[in-house]
Amino acid sequence: MTAQDPLIGVRDLTKTYVVGEVEVPALRGVSLSVCRGEFVALTGPSGSGKSTFMHLAGCLDRPTAGTYQLNGRDVSCLSKRELAAVRNREIGFVFQGFNLLSRTSALENVELPMLYGPPVPAKERRHRATAALEAVGLSARIDHHPNQLSGGQQQRVAIARALVNEPALLLADEPTGNLDSRTSIEVMGIFQRLNRERQITIVLVTHEPDIAEYAARIVAFRDGRIRLDNAVEQRRDAVEELHRFDAETQAA
Amino acid sequence: MSPLTTFAIAVAALRRNAMRTALTALGLIIGVAAVIVMVAIGNGARSSIEDQIRNAGTNVVTVSAGSNSFGPVRQGTGNTTTLMPADADAIAQQIAGVRYLSPGANTRQQVVAESANWNTQIQGAGADLPAIRTWSLEHGAFFTPQDVQLAAKVAVLGSVVRDQLFGADSDPTGESIRIKNQPFRVIGVLTKKGQAAFGPDQDDMVVVPYTTVQKKLLGITHLQNITLSTADGVPFERVSAQITDLLRARHKLSVNQPDDFTVRSLEEMASVLTSTTTTMTWLLASIAAVSLLVGGIGIMNIMLVSVTERTREIGLRLSIGARDRDVLMQFLMEALVLSLAGGAIGVLAGFAASYGVSHIMQWPSLVTANAVLLSFGCAAAIGIFFGFYPARKAAALDPIEALRYE
Repeated sequence: MTAQDPLIGVRDLTKTYVVGEVEVPALRGVSLSVCRGEFVALTGPSGSGKSTFMHLAGCLDRPTAGTYQLNGRDVSCLSKRELAAVRNREIGFVFQGFNLLSRTSALENVELPMLYGPPVPAKERRHRATAALEAVGLSARIDHHPNQLSGGQQQRVAIARALVNEPALLLADEPTGNLDSRTSIEVMGIFQRLNRERQITIVLVTHEPDIAEYAARIVAFRDGRIRLDNAVEQRRDAVEELHRFDAETQAA
Repeated sequence: MSPLTTFAIAVAALRRNAMRTALTALGLIIGVAAVIVMVAIGNGARSSIEDQIRNAGTNVVTVSAGSNSFGPVRQGTGNTTTLMPADADAIAQQIAGVRYLSPGANTRQQVVAESANWNTQIQGAGADLPAIRTWSLEHGAFFTPQDVQLAAKVAVLGSVVRDQLFGADSDPTGESIRIKNQPFRVIGVLTKKGQAAFGPDQDDMVVVPYTTVQKKLLGITHLQNITLSTADGVPFERVSAQITDLLRARHKLSVNQPDDFTVRSLEEMASVLTSTTTTMTWLLASIAAVSLLVGGIGIMNIMLVSVTERTREIGLRLSIGARDRDVLMQFLMEALVLSLAGGAIGVLAGFAASYGVSHIMQWPSLVTANAVLLSFGCAAAIGIFFGFYPARKAAALDPIEALRYE
C-alpha cells in the first residue's frame, strides 16, 4: 500500500432495497475514489442515493453488489461484527442531530467510542477525550451536559467524539442541517482546519450548495448514479466567510 | 467490552433516569421484602409452636377413649365407655418407662361463685397432672392422691376462671364455688400460661380430681382419657405399642376389631401442626412471589419503553462501533443492576419489616438465610428473564433505521 492508494475505492457499487415484493434500486453502480486528505462533498436531491452511499461508505450497511476498499481492505463482504470494528477504528461519524447522550458530560460523550474498541485505560481515555475537545475549541466546557451547550457547541462535541479514535475517515451527514448560518460557517471552519492541519479525509453529505463549496471536490448524485464529479473552482474559506458574515450583519 | 465497562455504562444509563429507575426498582423491592416478611412470619409461627411443644413436654402421651381409625362405624371419643380406671392402673404398673400418669374425665359446667358465674371446662385429673404438664401454682396447692381417692370436692382454678369469679390477681384459696349445685373448696390457682398454640385455653378451666367428675358431676365409671409422661429417652413408638397391646388384651378385642382407644403423643400432634404452618408459610410466600413477578413485568415494561425511547442512542452506539452483543449486554446489565439493586434494598426492607412486625404486632418472626437467598435469587432471575426480550429487541435494531428514528 502506498500513499497514492485511495482511502475509499468503490467499484460498481449497487444497493437495492426490497420493500415488500418491489425492488427499489437506491444505487445503480457507483464507482468513486477518494484519496487520503481529500475533502469531498456529496450533493444531490433527496432520493438521489447520496445517503445510501454514505451508509455504505460508513460500513453501516453492506452493498448488494460491487466492491468497497477502505484503507486498502475489502470491506464489502465483512460480517456485522467485523463491520462494527471497522466503524470503531477507521470511521468517525458526525450527524445532523448531534446524537449526544443526554445528561452525560461532554467528556464522557467523547470517551464513548473508546469503550467499544480495544481496552483503553481510564486515564488514557480521559486524556485523549480532553485532547479531542481541545482540538474543536471546547476545552473549557468538558464537564457541561448537552443541554447546557448551544447547537454549535454540541456539534463540536460530536466532532470531537468522531475524532477521538483517530479514524482515517470522517463522515459528516448534513452536519449543518440543524444550525444557523453563522454556526454553520464555524463548524465548516473546524472541518477545514482538521482537513488542512491533520490531513483527515472528510466526506460531507449536504444538500446546501454553499456548504458544499467549503469542500475541495463536489460529487453530485442523481437517481442512484454519479452525475458530476468536479473540483470546486472557487472554494470558500470559513475564516474569510466568517469575517464577511459579521461585516454584513453589522452593516444591516 | 469488559463486564466492568458494561456495568459502568448500565449504571450511568440508570442514573440518567434516576426517578424512573427508583420507581421500577420499587416493584421488586416490595416483592422481595414481601417474600422475606411472609416467610419470616411463617417461620416465626412454626418455631414458636415448636418452642411451646418443647415446653409442654414432648414425652407426653395421651390415650383417648374411642378410635379415629376408619372403621365402618366411627364413634366419637365421648361415646366410648370402655376406658376404665383399672386400665390406667394397669398401664402405670405394667408398662416400663411410664413416669407419671393421670386418668382424665372432663365436663363443661357453669361455675358459680358468690357474685359471679362462668361457664368453663371442668377437667378431672389425677394428682400427677401438674408433673406431666409442668404446671406451677400461683396460690395454694394442687390436690393430693388422697383427695382423688376420696373424690373430694376440691378445685384448682385456672387464672382466667379466677379472674372471672373473684377478680384479677386475687387469691381465692379457701373460698367456695358451686358446680352443679355442689359446693367445692378452692385450694389453689394455676400460674397463667397464656394462649396455647393448640388445644383449649390452658387458663380457662377448673381442675378437680377425676373421681369427683365421675361420681359427683357425671355419674360415670369410665374415663375419657389417660395422660402420661414417659421417662427421658423412652421411645414413644415402644410405649405406644405396649399400651395398645395391653389395652386390646384388657378390652378383649379380637384381631378383626379396631381399637376402641387412640394413643397419641404430643410430638405427633406437633408434627401435624408444624406441617400445617409450613403449608401456610408456602401459601404466604407464593402470594408474595406474585408481587415479585409483577415487579419483574414492571421491569420488562420499563425496559421496552427505554429501548424505544433510546433508539437513537442505540443507533449512535452501533455507529461508533458497538456490536449487537454489546447493546444486548448493556440492556441486560441494566435490567440486572435494576433487579439486583431492588433485590438488595428489598432484603433490607424485608429485615426491617420483619423486625417491625414482630415488635409492633407482637408476632414472632424469623428471617432465614434461605428466604433471603431465595428472594434475592428470584429477583436476579427475574431481571435476566424479563430483561432479555427488550435487550434482544435493542440489539436487533438496524443502525441506519435507529439513527433516523424520531
